Amino acid sequence: MTRGIGIIDYGVGNLRSVEKGFEKVGVSARICARPEELDDYDGLVLPGVGAFGDAIENLKGIGLADAIIAYIDSGRQLLGICLGMQLLLTYSEEHGRSEGLGVIPGSVVRLPGEVKVPHMGWNVMNVPKDVPLFEGVDSGSRFYFVHSFYCLPDEAEWTVGVTPYGVEFSSAVGRENVWGVQFHPEKSSLLGLEILRNFGRMVTGARK
Amino acid sequence: MLAKRIIPCMDVESGRVVKGVHFVNLRDAGDPVKLAAFYDREGADELVFLDITASHEERDTKVELAARAGDEVFIPYVIGGGIGSLEDIRRILKAGADKVSMNTAAVEDPSLITRSAKRFGSQCVVVAIDGRMRADGTWEVFTHGGRTPTGIDLLKWATEVQRLGAGEIMLTSMDRDGTKKGYDIPMTRAVCRDVSIPVIASGGAGKLEHLAEAIEQTGCDAVLAASIFHYHEHTISEAKQYLASRGIEVRQQAHSGN
Repeated sequence: MTRGIGIIDYGVGNLRSVEKGFEKVGVSARICARPEELDDYDGLVLPGVGAFGDAIENLKGIGLADAIIAYIDSGRQLLGICLGMQLLLTYSEEHGRSEGLGVIPGSVVRLPGEVKVPHMGWNVMNVPKDVPLFEGVDSGSRFYFVHSFYCLPDEAEWTVGVTPYGVEFSSAVGRENVWGVQFHPEKSSLLGLEILRNFGRMVTGARK
Repeated sequence: MLAKRIIPCMDVESGRVVKGVHFVNLRDAGDPVKLAAFYDREGADELVFLDITASHEERDTKVELAARAGDEVFIPYVIGGGIGSLEDIRRILKAGADKVSMNTAAVEDPSLITRSAKRFGSQCVVVAIDGRMRADGTWEVFTHGGRTPTGIDLLKWATEVQRLGAGEIMLTSMDRDGTKKGYDIPMTRAVCRDVSIPVIASGGAGKLEHLAEAIEQTGCDAVLAASIFHYHEHTISEAKQYLASRGIEVRQQAHSGN
């Protein structure tokens, strides 16, 4: 029984916008909250806004953290959005130190003091190499960001999108079947929807 | 670098856009959600819905509007108008809005700013400030849609809302609102100088030069306008092209596969 994309609900943030975004581009997506449900979906989205520590505690508390890692080990696609991207890394320096899921080795650190934080608004993403997630999206296009911390993956090759804001930071990561975007595709108008459409295609393509 | 934002604002009463709107290519421009989706496709960076439905009517109009907009709008949007409790804010954000704006309620109970910023994050909390110049050349805060003078100094209030946790200020000049003579440059410049959070300039936009003047001369992060877009005097993309021609960084709407 396949259900398209599962949007993981772990008690934080607004999932409805992500769901509506997929709906708009004709990709079947449903909100799911129980660890045993994840296996039913062809691909997963890990959304999230708010504090890193609270989010990871929620994920672990209801058994979702282990279920997500097992899902990724099975080779299926997962896309983290905003805080959901940060949760994929090893740890975050937000409020001391919190351990993440560790599926993309690296850390999450605060944006430098010289720029206004949170980084909120439309900024460019430069795309250093072709990846299926950004098919049809020109390098240098603008996306909508709201965040104060950013991902610092251990390996440069995992960075698939770069944004200048005080530093040149990884605004998108990709490692095999795991993807993350720091911006909100569901709030980034036509090009953001294009990314959701691409992810839908990658997920169904993986089943062929 | 962040792009300067262009934000169309819609006044909504009982689910309908209030100010007369003329669009030949839009079947129902009186429907705020249809109009918002149109602005999204045209390249607006963010949208503001100001719900002016009288408070004694159904209080869920704002939540409904937030939810309906979420079905068709894929850029950030703000809901404002008579928001006075954390529960209002929670429901509006959950329905899909990205931010709420508060005005009179914030003046009457400034702790609302801090409580909502702590609970939902500063990035969700926009404080709308309506100002008018006094005889001595300073500016005063007005509430209740610009009708009620408060005696509060506008620059003091702007720094105070930042201290209390506001993530952004939507600054409207009541002297300029509706005049189409351009934004209040001195007032906007003074607020931008005194706070470090983003400021949205509002009130008085009548032509594209006004948008550029505000951005170039005040340090504001965004410009809000209603009539120049509602009456289709200019499209959003014309505004973007004009600002870009003056060297201002803007997001140009790309056209994707659909």
